[in-house]
Amino acid sequence: MTAAPAVRRRARTRAGLADRDGFLAWALLLPSVVYIVALVGVPFLLAVAFAFSDVTTGDPSFDFVGFRNFTEIFHDGVFWRALVNTLVFTGASMVLIVVFGKILANVLVADFHGKWFVRFLVLLPWTTPVALSTISWLWFLDSIYSPVDWVLRHAGLISGNVVWLGRPWTAMGSVVAVQAWRLTPLAAVIMMAGLVAIPRDIDEAARIDGAGFWRRMFEVTIPLTLPVIAVAGLFGAIMTFTDMTVPYVLTRGGPTHSTDVLASWAYFRGIEGGDVGQGAAIALFLFPLLLAGAVAILRAVRRLEPQ
Amino acid sequence: MTAAAGPARRGAREVERLRRHYALRHVAARCGVYGAAVLAALVCALPFLWSLVSAFKQNQDLYDPDSNPFFFNKPATPDHVTFLFTDTPFLTFVANTLIVGALVVVITLLLALPAAYSLARLDRPWGTPMGIGIFMVYLVPPSLLFLSLTRVVVWLHLEDSLWSMIVVYPTITVPVSVWLLIGFLRAVPKDVEEQAMVDGYSRLGAFLRAVLPLVFPGIVAVVVFSFTLTASEFVYALAFVSASPQMVVSTGVPTQLVRGDVFFWQSLQAATVITAVPIAFLFNLFLDRFVTGFTMGAVKT
Repeated sequence: MTAAPAVRRRARTRAGLADRDGFLAWALLLPSVVYIVALVGVPFLLAVAFAFSDVTTGDPSFDFVGFRNFTEIFHDGVFWRALVNTLVFTGASMVLIVVFGKILANVLVADFHGKWFVRFLVLLPWTTPVALSTISWLWFLDSIYSPVDWVLRHAGLISGNVVWLGRPWTAMGSVVAVQAWRLTPLAAVIMMAGLVAIPRDIDEAARIDGAGFWRRMFEVTIPLTLPVIAVAGLFGAIMTFTDMTVPYVLTRGGPTHSTDVLASWAYFRGIEGGDVGQGAAIALFLFPLLLAGAVAILRAVRRLEPQ
Repeated sequence: MTAAAGPARRGAREVERLRRHYALRHVAARCGVYGAAVLAALVCALPFLWSLVSAFKQNQDLYDPDSNPFFFNKPATPDHVTFLFTDTPFLTFVANTLIVGALVVVITLLLALPAAYSLARLDRPWGTPMGIGIFMVYLVPPSLLFLSLTRVVVWLHLEDSLWSMIVVYPTITVPVSVWLLIGFLRAVPKDVEEQAMVDGYSRLGAFLRAVLPLVFPGIVAVVVFSFTLTASEFVYALAFVSASPQMVVSTGVPTQLVRGDVFFWQSLQAATVITAVPIAFLFNLFLDRFVTGFTMGAVKT
């Protein structure tokens, strides 16, 4: 610091603590750290402890039971069904989210009249509380009055009703479609950040060299924004992998568990069934894959740095 | 291109041909952009537009598999929308959502602003691992913690109360807010603080009086983002609160407006549109800031 008058220096020793970077860094960070440890760290350890206990909502006393909860869920066919469903749900949604997010991002960075209104409409699926937009879809896919069926009937493609949510495969398809629909705008917003960051002259150089739209897209834009695309895809995957709202509201896991995912199954077991121990054991299976996804995101983010 | 070899007339014709070619290509590109924009808007917004139509339909019109679902076949009626406001607890849900949202936003700012400043400016050796740690917390989902947090909420005697959500929701909003704010804080030149400190402010004073006003746009972005996350949260709200008067919009509407198998469809659709439009409107206002905020946080953490 430049030389300050002696008077001011004395005034500053009074505010000494507020000037020491080392102390200040801790003091400013501490409230957040304490809060997060108390309400994320402790509950996480508690969830692990519950997985090895016989806690139920009716009898909350803690008794250690070893791996009993795990052996029980391994012998339950629904658990394996939910695990496979979770992977299908996540994989299919992620592919759709990346492809449509990329297209949407390209549309949204282009210049055109009425862009503001288009952006507003495009943001709707993501900013609306999930439970509410899913209710809209519930009616969209209604077994009798579905407008999708109405259109298909009038196009002469079907005669009766598809009953989208009543058959295993169409139910899974519907859940995936709604999830992809609601997360695509988020992916597009993240990818826009990448597109905006590409220096203009690179695109112009490719244009002068005679590269057409598709060539520029696949040989310049996509390779340059690959880390951002990866981040968007992984965000989508993590949010789908751990989400239960869409299956819960749309199908409640049905018909006969064909759309149950790990998160919703943990909820049905742990909250509605009251078996906290088993519910916690099921939810714990989300963790290893979640960790892998988080590490992958961090690596992709690191690769953004040189740009 | 104009320097093409050959007689002048052929050159001129060639130029004319190229010009027309490029003009045509320009028009085609514009049409492509507009077509894609309209298509994207329709795919994203169609369920909402159609909800808006359904909300004003009469029962005989709505519950007829043969009537066109996209237009009014019978005169529109506002009855079901009025019903939503007068005969259901929807307004209570809205008020609860606003109370929870406002308090969560305040707590988030109080925790995240100092933490972000500490990580962005007071270069400590543990800054980077701490930043990564906070980012990891952002990825921990409610579905992993809701069971144990429900027990914690019961121990704290907060079950069936708005306070359960006010206390727990910042676990979702604080990490992402810290991440966004680090980006905004790094964009403020260091000279600003140094100048303020030369003028006699302490480090803390420089942060409060000189830096905070400059990151005001970032603070607004964090407020909107946190509120949106809070309003959309579903799993915790569902697990913590089962008494109707204490519910928020995201859980109250799907569980309380559906009685057994009786769905008040028009009212449900109205509730969706009424909630969706203001949030998307607000978000759209600050979209550019989120886009830059995301990149800054991502590139520099």
